[in-house]
Amino acid sequence: MSLIVAQNLTKIYNTEEVEVHALRGVDFTIEEGSFASFVGPSGSGKTTLLNLIGCLDKPTGGRLLVEGSDISSLGRKEGARFRGQNIGYIFQNFNLIPVLTAFENVEYPLVMVQNRPVSERQDRVAGLLAAVGMADQKGKFPDQLSGGQKQRVAIARALVTNPKLVLADEPTANLDHDAAYGIIRLMEKMKDDLRTTFIFSTHDTRIIGEVEIVYTLEDGRLTGQQISGGKVHE
Amino acid sequence: MSNLLKIAMRNLFRYRRRTLLTMALIVAGMVFVLVFVAVTDSFKNMMIGHITESFLGHIQIHKRGYLASIDNLPLHLNLLPRQVEMVEQVLSQTEGVEAYSERIKFGGGFSNFQQTTNIRVNGVDPGKEFETCPLLISRIVKGKRDASSLEKGKILVPELLARGLGIKVGDTVVVVATNRDGSVNGKTFVVGGILESATGPGGRDGYIHIEDAKELLRITTKEVSEFVIRVRDFPQVYSVHAQLKSRFSDKLNKEGKPMFEVYTWEKLSPFSNIANMIDVMTFFVKLMLISVVLISIMNVMIMAVYERIREIGTISAIGTLPGKVLSLFVAEGFLLGIMGAISGTILGMVIVFILNLSTITFSFGRQTGLVLAPIISIWEVVTISLFVIVVAVVASLQPAWKASRMEPIDALRHV
Repeated sequence: MSLIVAQNLTKIYNTEEVEVHALRGVDFTIEEGSFASFVGPSGSGKTTLLNLIGCLDKPTGGRLLVEGSDISSLGRKEGARFRGQNIGYIFQNFNLIPVLTAFENVEYPLVMVQNRPVSERQDRVAGLLAAVGMADQKGKFPDQLSGGQKQRVAIARALVTNPKLVLADEPTANLDHDAAYGIIRLMEKMKDDLRTTFIFSTHDTRIIGEVEIVYTLEDGRLTGQQISGGKVHE
Repeated sequence: MSNLLKIAMRNLFRYRRRTLLTMALIVAGMVFVLVFVAVTDSFKNMMIGHITESFLGHIQIHKRGYLASIDNLPLHLNLLPRQVEMVEQVLSQTEGVEAYSERIKFGGGFSNFQQTTNIRVNGVDPGKEFETCPLLISRIVKGKRDASSLEKGKILVPELLARGLGIKVGDTVVVVATNRDGSVNGKTFVVGGILESATGPGGRDGYIHIEDAKELLRITTKEVSEFVIRVRDFPQVYSVHAQLKSRFSDKLNKEGKPMFEVYTWEKLSPFSNIANMIDVMTFFVKLMLISVVLISIMNVMIMAVYERIREIGTISAIGTLPGKVLSLFVAEGFLLGIMGAISGTILGMVIVFILNLSTITFSFGRQTGLVLAPIISIWEVVTISLFVIVVAVVASLQPAWKASRMEPIDALRHV
């Protein structure tokens, strides 16, 4: 069974004066364990699509199944529970909680979302921080870390609940070249180690070549699907 | 829970200046209320103590209708022997009654043989009266401060009359009174002492022995105008009053109405109105405290929510339930309330302690040199502190609710 199935997915934003068609009938499937990216220019619908998959927003039309669940029918609480159990997030601006240390930021979903016992939390967080190369920075607060370090912590936080799916919205946009490559390689490694599906949006041409599957979005339509090796499906 | 409080505490100290400013407002409000309550309660309790222990007693019992005519001191509304025995029996069986004194009260003429004026006379048993109103003895400013100043044939003259008529201790005076039948009788007395005026309706009250009162009024039976009661502990006044009322409830007169009137000092003294006003003022001061806490915490929490919209979006996106988001912000209000309440209590107690050391004196009515001794009960401190904490939590509910209802997608987009 595919992890994500999108059928004729549409999303229309109604502003006061105009209707904005962010997605115009998008169809795709993503298998478990994929390392996929949505690419396209600004306004093409990448973030909207990620928000829909991440259960942060609801489609206007079409069908979207994540892990077999039609997530468009989930209410506020059910949506939060679904995200807490199944989805990890990595944000462009890292979005770490400034009053928590690196360790506590990674621990947060286990404490506040999943209520896991202390012993389990300690091992899991320490293991992940080591895996992302941040074990020696665990006591530092976000304002004491570089952009790349913050994103590593954010990756550990996204993975700490052992989600099926990690969504990353422009994860390298605020990073320099080396840090961006480092983050992509880290995500790929975590995908291989943990069998977690990674989907991210980007318009960063530097990293597109590192991705297994690239979906191209233009003006709300899926215009291409490129599998690693250079074959492009129209 | 500890993680929730840890995050809340760190968030508070993330905006240190704003937190300290809000706390300072709460502390100032707490201190103001605590000191105000301590000072006004001290003043109120001192005055109540002075009034009740020097002449009014804690509770009084009269024949029905006596209080409405008390200005005339009506002898025909005296309690008759059978009723006196009834009251004595009930008083002896009532828990909490420490002492009581019977009084025959009447109005009369008071003369030093040169000038005559009006006097209100209380015929009392000195032993019982001093036991029931222990401060009466301290009001004797001239003469012996013991029962001998009120033995048979002697009179305690109020300062007001003594000064006006130029009377000294040892002088002979005459009291003339009309008895119940309308005949007039007079009796000479030796002045046993001069009584300092008390606050309230006691400025023209003189005291004689109850046997002299009976002789003057030609009363041959055991009848009295009123019973004055002292309870063991002042806070018991209301329970003893309730007990007495209940015990007298089945004692009815010929018209089928209660035979006796049982009143606490509050009904008998105009000072109770002042005490009530003090309570009303205290209530409004507490209301001000609530407003200060409510507005300052609401303000700080609204700011906190507004500044952390993206953060709210982040924690919601990663699966934090709306209830947890709400409790995160409520915890901040709760901690602000606790810290404010603790600091305010400590500072307030220190100020009350300093006021006690400073020996501040004040005047009330004709009394001067009364020492202000502010004191605040632990119960009052706990109540006010809990009040502040509850108000702090309530004030943070609206901003917290707003935070918990935010759509994560909108919050994440917030710039």
